[in-house]
Amino acid sequence: MTRSAQWLYGWLLLLPAAVLLALFTHYPAVATLWHSFRSTPRGSRASTFVGVDNYAQLVDDPIFWQSLTNNLWFAIGTIPLSITLALLMAVWVNGRIAGRGFLRLAYFTPTVLPMIAVANIWLFFYTPEYGLLEQITGAFGMPAHNWLGSKNSALAALMVVTVWKEAGFFMIFYLAALQQMSPQLAEAAAIEGASRAYFFRRVTLPLLMPTTLFVLVNAVINAFRLVDHVVVMTRGGPDNATELLLYYIYEIGFRFWDSAYAAALTMVLLLLLGVVALLQFWFLERKVHYQ
Amino acid sequence: MSAIAVENVSKHWTTTSGQVRAVDSVSFALDPGTLNVLLGPSGCGKSTTLRLIAGLDHADTGRIWIDGREVTHLAPARRKISMVFQSYALFPHLSVQENIVFGLRVRKTGHADRDRRLKRVSELLGLSALLDRKPGQLSGGQQQRVALGRALIAEAPVCLMDEPLSNLDAQLRQEMRLEIRNLQRQLGITMVYVTHDQVEAMSMADRVILLSCGRIEQNGTPADLYETPANIFVARFIGTPPMNLLRLDKAGSEAVIAGTAGPGVAPLAWAGGMLGVRPEHVLLARDGPFTARVESVEYLGADSLLLCRIGEQILTTRVAGRVGVTGGDSVHLSWARGASHFFDAATGIRLATEPIHQTATMFA
Repeated sequence: MTRSAQWLYGWLLLLPAAVLLALFTHYPAVATLWHSFRSTPRGSRASTFVGVDNYAQLVDDPIFWQSLTNNLWFAIGTIPLSITLALLMAVWVNGRIAGRGFLRLAYFTPTVLPMIAVANIWLFFYTPEYGLLEQITGAFGMPAHNWLGSKNSALAALMVVTVWKEAGFFMIFYLAALQQMSPQLAEAAAIEGASRAYFFRRVTLPLLMPTTLFVLVNAVINAFRLVDHVVVMTRGGPDNATELLLYYIYEIGFRFWDSAYAAALTMVLLLLLGVVALLQFWFLERKVHYQ
Repeated sequence: MSAIAVENVSKHWTTTSGQVRAVDSVSFALDPGTLNVLLGPSGCGKSTTLRLIAGLDHADTGRIWIDGREVTHLAPARRKISMVFQSYALFPHLSVQENIVFGLRVRKTGHADRDRRLKRVSELLGLSALLDRKPGQLSGGQQQRVALGRALIAEAPVCLMDEPLSNLDAQLRQEMRLEIRNLQRQLGITMVYVTHDQVEAMSMADRVILLSCGRIEQNGTPADLYETPANIFVARFIGTPPMNLLRLDKAGSEAVIAGTAGPGVAPLAWAGGMLGVRPEHVLLARDGPFTARVESVEYLGADSLLLCRIGEQILTTRVAGRVGVTGGDSVHLSWARGASHFFDAATGIRLATEPIHQTATMFA
């Protein structure tokens, strides 16, 4: 085969994937940026260039600020908790215990289930009066509470679902990393008299740092990307208490059809995620030991 | 008082195919300040025995003493031992220095004491220039030294080593063998050293305990194992190439090598047994009493191995330098009376303990 034929062959192999990526990832990304600087076309009014008007509107939009705040609380409430739980579960099912295969499967199940199905199950748990949670609290004589219908508890109720779902997923990564560790490290430490807690703090945890970084970046992205549970369980309510960024973008774009403003919101979300990911790598990279 | 005593220790593993006796009623006692090698083929229970002494595994039955103190049920950290693992088990995220002082930090040894001991150990092992490196930046030999350093800095009276040199190349292995032996003597440590390499065992040990299938085949000095192997297994395991073992048959009033007409090599009572003779003790001699046909010649440089057919059996002889015989030639062989070993064919146990020291010097 000549050089140019080889070159052609290579490109032909790459073409299907490249076309799909360009069509559904790169083009929409660039188009979104472009649209965020133009007005939304309506009826006979064609789209015009409006500069940063969409971004100016965003600054004055109280619901945008509320969804951003909600999202930050959501991230703070779910990420550390789900990562800690994932680590604890992984350490537990990595040990020599009876029925550990079953436990591993049980922890991973939430990840396998379709999100909509999961949301519906939890919807039943949270249902006022005859939901599972109500029946349990009722049995103890506690007052009735509408978990998803009350401003104070709706976001927290969503967080519980997310932690339940994410912890099992992250556990798999921790479990994989733990199984890579040589059991002789623990034996060497045992001979030196290190307690299990000391070994965990000085050896296990540092050796899990690459996994923690990976999981953390994913957790942040997931926290800002969550939309399915909101759609099924609360639709952003009550009174915007569970309005998260991506759901707000969805509402603006596909319920109010203000595509230009939705494009501007999307750019802000992308920028936010990019900056957070960069910061994480930058701060943690120095603390991470890659083998 | 012995530094380590193991009494009737057994350890079973339960596998899918039933119970496996990894260590089967093993007993021995080791003197303080000696280097003791647990030797044997893979799966013979030598590593398990070491792990039982370390406390990483627990014996099903039997008792273990270290320094006169019973430790059978003590945690590894309370047995006053240090250990070097086959994989080195260095902490990959910690520097060489932190790896070495890991145990001192655990035990909260004082700052000054820690620095003094680190300095001593790193100078002893030539690690002073590498203290800030990570294990991943070191060669295999350097990693081995760090593992050694972590064991030595504990200043424990007993040091356990689990095939510490098996990941090194031949050249380095020879250097480290000498170095470990010197360190052990210099520091007066009691060492238990596990290996499957008989050269390591023979060259380093004060005492060799040869194991097979979880049982002790022989426990003695390297010379004991070489000169008076207790059974056929030991005879075959020690020495390269291994001892020749020839079936005996009766001819007239004597036992002869099966398939030959003579001469007689043993009394008639041993006719059903086995004759053992080491290849290096067999001589080519014009007037030798045994006639054999050369099957093949293997030239090794310093010496040559001759595979000879005697009767219907094969006997290997080792001759210095190059020899002028080739396959098909007829040769005459002889060996000193004391070079013969006799074993019971059924049990494999040594029949007579003829001292071969006097004759062995002839070949040295």
